[in-house]
Amino acid sequence: MQLTRRHMAGALAALPLAPLLGGCGTREDDALTIWAMGNEAASLPALLGGIAWPADAPPIAVQPLPWTAAHEKLLTGFAGGSLPSVGQVGNSWIAELAAIGALAPVPAYARRLLHDQFGAVVDTNRIAGKTWGVPWYVDTRLQFYRKDLFARAGYDGPPPDWAGWKAALHKVKEQAGDGNYALLYPLNEYEQLTTLALSAGARMLHDEGGRGAFSEPEFKAALAFYKSLFDEGLAPRVSMAQISNVWTEFGRGYFSLFLSGPWTIGDLKRRLAPALQDDWGTAVNPGPDGIGSAAPGGSSLVVFADGAHDKAAWDLVARLTASVAQLALHEATVDLPARRSVWTAAGLMRDPAVAPFRVQLERATALPKVPEWERIVTEMQIVAERMVRGQFSVDEAAREIDARADRLLEKRRWMLEKGRAL
Amino acid sequence: MSLRRWSVTLLTALVALVTIAPLIWMVSVSFMVRGEAAQFPPPLWPASPSLENYRLLFGTFGVGRFLFNSILVSTLATGLALLFTIPAGYAFAKLRFTGRDAIFRMLVAALVVPGQIGMLPLFLELKAMGLVNSYAGALVPWLAGIFGIFLVRQYCLSIPDEMLEAARIDGASEGQILRQIVLPILTPIIVTLALYVFLSSWNDFMWPLIILADQHLYTLPVALAANSRQNVQDYEIMMAGAVVTTLPVLILFLALQRYYLSGLLTGSVKG
Amino acid sequence: MSAQRRTSEGASAVGRAGEVRAGWAMASPALAAILLFFALPAVASLFLSFTDFDIYALADLGNLRFVGLANYERLIQNPLFWKAMTNTLLFVAVGTPLIVALSLFAAMLVNSRWLKWRPVWRVALFAPYVTTLVATAVVWRYLLHTRYGLLNYLLSFFGVPPIDWLGSPTASLPAILLFVGWKTFGYNMIIFLAALQTVPRELDEAARIDGAGWLTRLRHVTLPAIAPTMLLVSVLTVAGMFQLFAEPYVMTQGGPAQSTVTILYFMYEEGFKWWNLGSGAAVAFLLFLCILAVTLVQLRITKRSGAI
Repeated sequence: MQLTRRHMAGALAALPLAPLLGGCGTREDDALTIWAMGNEAASLPALLGGIAWPADAPPIAVQPLPWTAAHEKLLTGFAGGSLPSVGQVGNSWIAELAAIGALAPVPAYARRLLHDQFGAVVDTNRIAGKTWGVPWYVDTRLQFYRKDLFARAGYDGPPPDWAGWKAALHKVKEQAGDGNYALLYPLNEYEQLTTLALSAGARMLHDEGGRGAFSEPEFKAALAFYKSLFDEGLAPRVSMAQISNVWTEFGRGYFSLFLSGPWTIGDLKRRLAPALQDDWGTAVNPGPDGIGSAAPGGSSLVVFADGAHDKAAWDLVARLTASVAQLALHEATVDLPARRSVWTAAGLMRDPAVAPFRVQLERATALPKVPEWERIVTEMQIVAERMVRGQFSVDEAAREIDARADRLLEKRRWMLEKGRAL
Repeated sequence: MSLRRWSVTLLTALVALVTIAPLIWMVSVSFMVRGEAAQFPPPLWPASPSLENYRLLFGTFGVGRFLFNSILVSTLATGLALLFTIPAGYAFAKLRFTGRDAIFRMLVAALVVPGQIGMLPLFLELKAMGLVNSYAGALVPWLAGIFGIFLVRQYCLSIPDEMLEAARIDGASEGQILRQIVLPILTPIIVTLALYVFLSSWNDFMWPLIILADQHLYTLPVALAANSRQNVQDYEIMMAGAVVTTLPVLILFLALQRYYLSGLLTGSVKG
Repeated sequence: MSAQRRTSEGASAVGRAGEVRAGWAMASPALAAILLFFALPAVASLFLSFTDFDIYALADLGNLRFVGLANYERLIQNPLFWKAMTNTLLFVAVGTPLIVALSLFAAMLVNSRWLKWRPVWRVALFAPYVTTLVATAVVWRYLLHTRYGLLNYLLSFFGVPPIDWLGSPTASLPAILLFVGWKTFGYNMIIFLAALQTVPRELDEAARIDGAGWLTRLRHVTLPAIAPTMLLVSVLTVAGMFQLFAEPYVMTQGGPAQSTVTILYFMYEEGFKWWNLGSGAAVAFLLFLCILAVTLVQLRITKRSGAI
């Protein structure tokens, strides 16, 4: 125990420690840090081993983030000024990060990285005339279905037009038996409705993304179609939390069709019984008059603005998106490569489960590129769920979504007026 | 032994057992093999206990780092809190200075204000000071502990004034009085306060979640929460993580419980 | 202790000045910290709530607008805000009496004259309070699992079908309440224990000799004697219920169907997920007003009932 004066001296002595403690958190300036999520983060060390990083370039440090916290971490990093040099960013977040100035646009000397890509994917990254990230891997959502149950109902696969598709689902449901449904569209997920909307050609926002366009006929058509799926008993009114195990229920025949992405291919191979492995397949989404659309997803590699080592960062991005690295990424994570030429090299078109993804990606449409989009689409789904549960009619729901979207976009409209928005 | 004695004891034992059952189950599952706990009916004990989960935790998941962070932050928080609140508590109790009572009344009123109200501006304030994403940022709330001042003051009030006056007449400075007379008397409350701050800072979750962005700075609760929202299916590893997070605190509490409980009472019952 | 100098009456004035100086010197670091890290942010919170500070403003302060009470208006029109309010008030209204009753029951058990091995039970009953909330929330998430959870397994012995604790909007609130009750009742129990020990034994004995039953003695002897403590415990529990955050964050992410979104969880999402710091600050301020209001009401009720 010490004197009061020594207490004070101790406290004062601790002050110089403060910057040290403050500095304890920041990474060393000489390393090139890259943030990545999930499986890609796990595969990065091996990938980096194979890209021949020059010896005089700064050493690379990988920091993995869990997907569930990644969005918050990116924004906290921006707010706290602790973003790394390079990052893996989900394509739907590019607009947000670009709008706040967190990203550096693809420089002229790296323009060639944007060739050999899917149009819709690059379009997602292109805002205000600049491109803000290089696609790393792509995905989209399309249908996974039970081939045997569809065959039993008399179909080779789900028809590509909405009318035929619904008729097929009715037949499948009849064959499926009591208590079972044809389709799983969880009410807490918004991708199903947005896919229908994109297939119907809805633009969902207008006025440079300043106002909701959810009352336009295309979106209303999609909304009505979505509602009819539940009203006609084709899909159960449940959220994902109430499905204890998607793959078990799929195998059981509780539903014969659901919407998901390429990661489910591996999941189904691993978790479905071997006897069922021949009984499932993938198909492109249906549209009102034929093949429908979908939102392009995946992640891009971005270089953050105000990061250290600009040139080295773009060099790393170039090396990680080179064909060889893309192939390695696919082999490590089963992610679909962003470069179209790599699809052929990897023989992906020969896999009947994967081939429809290529077709769908060629017909994908970018979602509105405004920072508020994720919030808008969350509200949209909340209203859609209420509509399915009988609280709103289609028209009322469309009006309500528009009202909520307009409220969320109020600041953006102000920024657009002032010329401050991207 | 009378029937009454046995029945009351038995009832209490039952309630106590039900209360700590989740903790016992937590330890039990942490020794189970991957996937063993996810079956029906749920098993109570591992078929063949294995340290595999702990090996994975400290090996692949690097929990050692989070453990180190928690120990570092909690120890520093405790030390700093003691440094700041003990002199202040004594001053409010025994030293007459202008505005003392008015300020103290304001502090008591401030106890009603929930800590979270200033969380967002505090984040911005620390960003301006450059302390976001650092250990120092995580320590900040523990310097401003009103409850500690209250506790120390309460205890100091019982020190007889004559003792202090006599020391002053003998020519001791205020600082010497604090060091040589008061601190020895305060020892029980110092231990209580230290334990309280250590436990609270170890268990603190919301503030470190906000202020620490880099994974290598995470304390155990934050790391556990970040991973729990991700690994929905891996019970056994999560339980092992929970054990590592709770055990140090539980052991510390068991060792020093008398101080902790008495300190709680001094602070609370008086109101 | 070494005597530095002999004093006379003149020195007492110097001593007094020294006392004032020392008083300020000892109190200022803590006061400075409180001012800088508590008072300042709290006041700033109020000001922040009158602006539309959001992600755009974070990027460039020029994008900040002063919007007066617009945040508050928008909150009042936001159905999720009211859902959060309702959920929180449900927790407060239902949880507080339950937890207070539970801790009183436990305290009475531990206080009983006929109890053996008292310290063991006291520690066991207090242990959950000391454990890390996040860790135990994870444990309880698995205990409450619909199919593999111990709770449903135990209930199945009583013929109760498996309850989807964390997946159904109606069962999720009780589930979290169960967990919060388990976690916090120990703290209140200790306080009640201390209070119970001040209840005059003679009064209780006299009542028993007069033939009063256990319940009558409880109502007329014990409860009135510990009324101030009941108030204290209620105030503490209410404040705690208003500030539930980690439980929904770890166990349910506010779901299912937003049935477990509490005010603080809502504030966290507004502030740190969507980066509407202006709106988040407004929520924080409203929360403060709620806690203040409820505390004052509790004080008023107890004063009026003459208990204190």
